[in-house]
Amino acid sequence: MIELQNISKRFLDNVVLDGVSLDVQDGETVALLGPSGVGKSVTLKMINGLLKPDSGDVIVDGLHVPRLKREELQRLRSRIGYVFQYGALFDSDTVAENIRLGITDEQQHRDEAYCAEKYPAELSGGMKKRVGIARAIAGKPKYLLYDEPTSGLDPVNADVIDGLIERLRDELGVTSVVVSHDVRGSFRVADRVALLWQAKIRAVGTAEEILASRDSAVQQFLERDLEMSLIQAEGSRGEHGA
Amino acid sequence: MAAVAGALDLVRQVGRLGRRPAQHVLGNVGRFTYLLIDLARGLAEWRVYVPRTFAQATNIGYGSLFIVLLVAGFAGAVTSLQTGYQFTGTLPLYYAGAVISESMILELGPVLTALILAGRIGARYAAELGTMRVTEQIDALESLGRSPITHLLLPRVIAGIMVIPALTMFADATGITVGYLTAKGSLGLTYADFEYGARYFFRPLDLWYSLIKSYCFAGAVTLIPCYIGYNTQQGAEGVGRATTTAVVSASVSILLLDAVITKLLLGVK
Repeated sequence: MIELQNISKRFLDNVVLDGVSLDVQDGETVALLGPSGVGKSVTLKMINGLLKPDSGDVIVDGLHVPRLKREELQRLRSRIGYVFQYGALFDSDTVAENIRLGITDEQQHRDEAYCAEKYPAELSGGMKKRVGIARAIAGKPKYLLYDEPTSGLDPVNADVIDGLIERLRDELGVTSVVVSHDVRGSFRVADRVALLWQAKIRAVGTAEEILASRDSAVQQFLERDLEMSLIQAEGSRGEHGA
Repeated sequence: MAAVAGALDLVRQVGRLGRRPAQHVLGNVGRFTYLLIDLARGLAEWRVYVPRTFAQATNIGYGSLFIVLLVAGFAGAVTSLQTGYQFTGTLPLYYAGAVISESMILELGPVLTALILAGRIGARYAAELGTMRVTEQIDALESLGRSPITHLLLPRVIAGIMVIPALTMFADATGITVGYLTAKGSLGLTYADFEYGARYFFRPLDLWYSLIKSYCFAGAVTLIPCYIGYNTQQGAEGVGRATTTAVVSASVSILLLDAVITKLLLGVK
């Protein structure tokens, strides 16, 4: 289980998170929605200890993440897979070497049969994301954190990635947190959705509950998403027309 | 009252302006110290960094050999020509052997090699690590439960400390050889005279001094760019800034260390 308890974070004068609380139950997938720059990725990085909150607590598997020692944190991280927004693949290593880094030393002796000898620069955006996911799940983690898994992808590839997230949830039973600004994709993959708006969680619930919410921030965010979808649809129609 | 309030406000603003650079310097000193401690701790994980160290050492050693020898050769030749210009007709020719060999071993070999490598290796380390930082590759490594210190920094630092003194010794030898050949061609200096002059003024401490200097310079050329690259922020512009800062800081550190080590080891009063 992942628990965020009243966490706050600021960078210089910019308050990014202000008293954010959220629980993610075992086996559950929660999507953290919100516009760019509201601290979604910061929240995700706090879950695996890449960033520390200024105040509040982050508890994963009963462990207080901000208070963990280096070795304890490394052990915890081996149970948490992290899919980075732009893949964050090691560009001087091949795909196989990238994935091998996600495997513990004991597993490596058994799983030497990787054959993907391409370098990340030779991959398409969708393939990079999939390699990023492969690396994150190679160590058979209990938790998976996705940072904008579909950003920068065309709708077809975004669907493939969303499908992959669903499969991982159903087949591996992992507990997942998906950070995204893609409303449609988040509603598809998540059991619950939380909306982060102006440094605070404004709404948490199922897709139906979020859609039925009377909260002004929720409505504003959904309207903006609808407008963006229409603009994108018109843009793609224009491209096809031309 | 208004004047007092204005004066107090001015004092407050000046204080704030002074505090920022002081905080910046202290912050860097603290982070650099922590990095050194982490590097020392990481030494225990030799299985991780040893294979990567050899790969780095091969890379930077072979890659830098040509430019280091080229610069050392020209330094030896120019020293030889200038010695001829200064001393012909006033001092015995064998002095040229002493001047060429001593200036290469004591100063030109270690310092020129370190300055070239600050540009070549220092820029490379800062750019590589900076790019890895801004593209979240370092975060990815940490999130996989791996230490960036043992995977990325230790191999680079140890490879530099292994390779730079060796390159310095090659530079010393090349500079002296080319210096002798130039003196032979331009001054008519015989090998016997050159050897006599070189041996007459040579002390074993000179070679140790050159080696100790090159180890200290190797520390500056590797540690400073690694620290700056590792702490890069703000995208491509940040990587560019980190690379420039790394080369300038490493070069200035080399010159400072040169002065300090000379004072300490040669006892110049």
